[in-house]
Amino acid sequence: MADASALIEIQDLTKVYQMGDTSLPALAGVSLSIDEGEYVAIVGASGSGKSTLMNMIGLLDRPTDGVYQIRGQRADGLTGRELADLRNREIGFVFQQFNLLARAPAWRQVELPLFYAGVARSASRQRALEALAQVGLDDRADHKPEELSGGQQQRVAIARALVNRPSLLLADEPTGALDTRTSEEVMALFEKLHEEGLTLVIITHDQEVADRARRVMTMRDGAIISDSRSAAAAASHRGSNGMKEPALAPLPRPAALEPTEVKVYEVG
Amino acid sequence: MKLVRYFPVAAESIVANKMRAGLTMLGVIIGVAAVLTALGVGRGASADILGEVASQGTTRLTISPQTGNDGNGSPVQPLTMGDVIALSNPAFHPDVRQVVPQYGASAQLVAGDENTQARVTGTTTAYAEVHRLELAEGRFLTEDEITQMRNVIVIGTTVAEDLFGRTQVVGESLRIEGEPFTVVGVLEESGNAGFGSNDENGFIPIGAAQGRIFNVSRFRGEYVVTSISADAASEERVEAAERQIEQTLRLRRGLGADDDNDFNISTQASLLDTLNSITSTLTLMLSSIAAISLVVGGIGIMNIMLVSVTERTREIGLRKALGAHTNDVLLQFLVESLVLTSLGGLFGIAISYGVALLVSRIPSFPVNILIEIDALIMALGVSAGCGVIFGLYPAMRATSLNPIEALRYE
Repeated sequence: MADASALIEIQDLTKVYQMGDTSLPALAGVSLSIDEGEYVAIVGASGSGKSTLMNMIGLLDRPTDGVYQIRGQRADGLTGRELADLRNREIGFVFQQFNLLARAPAWRQVELPLFYAGVARSASRQRALEALAQVGLDDRADHKPEELSGGQQQRVAIARALVNRPSLLLADEPTGALDTRTSEEVMALFEKLHEEGLTLVIITHDQEVADRARRVMTMRDGAIISDSRSAAAAASHRGSNGMKEPALAPLPRPAALEPTEVKVYEVG
Repeated sequence: MKLVRYFPVAAESIVANKMRAGLTMLGVIIGVAAVLTALGVGRGASADILGEVASQGTTRLTISPQTGNDGNGSPVQPLTMGDVIALSNPAFHPDVRQVVPQYGASAQLVAGDENTQARVTGTTTAYAEVHRLELAEGRFLTEDEITQMRNVIVIGTTVAEDLFGRTQVVGESLRIEGEPFTVVGVLEESGNAGFGSNDENGFIPIGAAQGRIFNVSRFRGEYVVTSISADAASEERVEAAERQIEQTLRLRRGLGADDDNDFNISTQASLLDTLNSITSTLTLMLSSIAAISLVVGGIGIMNIMLVSVTERTREIGLRKALGAHTNDVLLQFLVESLVLTSLGGLFGIAISYGVALLVSRIPSFPVNILIEIDALIMALGVSAGCGVIFGLYPAMRATSLNPIEALRYE
């Protein structure tokens, strides 16, 4: 597993929260490796440690012990500033509650990571519009969050995650605040991004969402208890480093994304 | 350079929350407007008074006896006509051009059925020149009238109005203490009831005042005067004139080398100094009170910024997750508060200008509000400073937020 080409390499990661005199272990020695181009779902009940793991992968929190590497760079010993730059460059975040700025147009939302990357405003608008086109919302660039549907808002958030061309898209319950139809909109987009070669890690407790991934890790009590790849994914994983030809077909418009049949997802 | 990047972010946040921004600015707006208006009133009043003093000439010296500690304010040793004659000797006072005695007291003036109380001053012809009196009607007292102690009077406009109901009253008669007087001149109205007005005064030959109207006492055989005015030959020679007068009076009063003066000589310059210090004290007091409102406004800013930080916890968490440094968050909030208070300062300046303009349109308002460029710069500086000082704590609160908890904040 521990090949040098891995995008994310984690070894014996532990995290213990100190609450006064009591220690709360959240991660009990997790090891994993994620290659470029993989589509991974991390599932588990609440309290299983999946959110803590996500914070670790997203460089939002520091582990108590263990080694974390992204693109071969060790994260321990980095300053808060260096971690912020690394997050900005390597990781695109997607949250359950979208976390869009109130009353700002879509392109401004998408531009935000570029502001912190120090990209000039003239260039960043163009890149924001490109990212919006990538998620099929180039015609909604001037719309504010309250003028967009939930699914569209989440796609704006995904465009924001993509705009700085990160190595990894990290999504925390991306469909948790969406209904069935708009969930499908977002999942179809993830599928497309995966086919274009983007590395995706989705934290979810929704089995339907997890089933769409090529690889599913299940967590319980701060440890990974199972890690399984779908057959197709396993084949492609062996074949190359996971990079595929980008899909040549243009992204379908939102109307075309609507499912033709009604699917019922179990939430739980 | 880098700071400039945060201005659009601040502007967006302010535009997105217009109501909140307006309410936040209100404290600074009121504070700045209050300080500027208070300062403007002080400066306006000061300029008015200084103008008044300057219009009365800067070469005048006023000599008055020092009053004793006996409780009724009577002089330790009065000034007399003997002093006036001594000071009038040009050989010993080359820099003194004119010496004018004055004996003034309150008296009742009667014309027909009307009567009024006025301050009547016995003096000489040169008084008009030394005190820069302007006549609206007739003329001032002549040399002949002085030497012959004629019963003639020059009155102010208020006195004329009170007695005759009009101001064209040259040739009319009136009585002071039973003595008939003929009006020979009416003074120009000073327009304000303030400093240096002669509207309620009357001037008569000094001999008439001493001999007939007032029971003027004598000191060592000489008539007492209430004060003596002197005019220096030029503005540069005021100090020399002051020394010469002091020398003569000390000699006449038999003061030893170690004795202090028992009289005062005040020049227009020293009067200006005194008035200046009074008005600047007043201005300082007014401005201090107004500045309190600015501090209250600043605390309001801090309050709202703290609320804003709490309200935007998730936004801060998001920005940190997306790669914002601690400095980015700090500067974002500092610049926002800086922009808010500076805008408030500008609005405050506009309001104080409006008030000044409004006041200048009201003729009966006693002072002009004078807003000068240094006050504007100060107002802007103070409001921007308020933004930084009162924005710092909320901004630091924002930077200390943990992104994970901030993102989860409901």
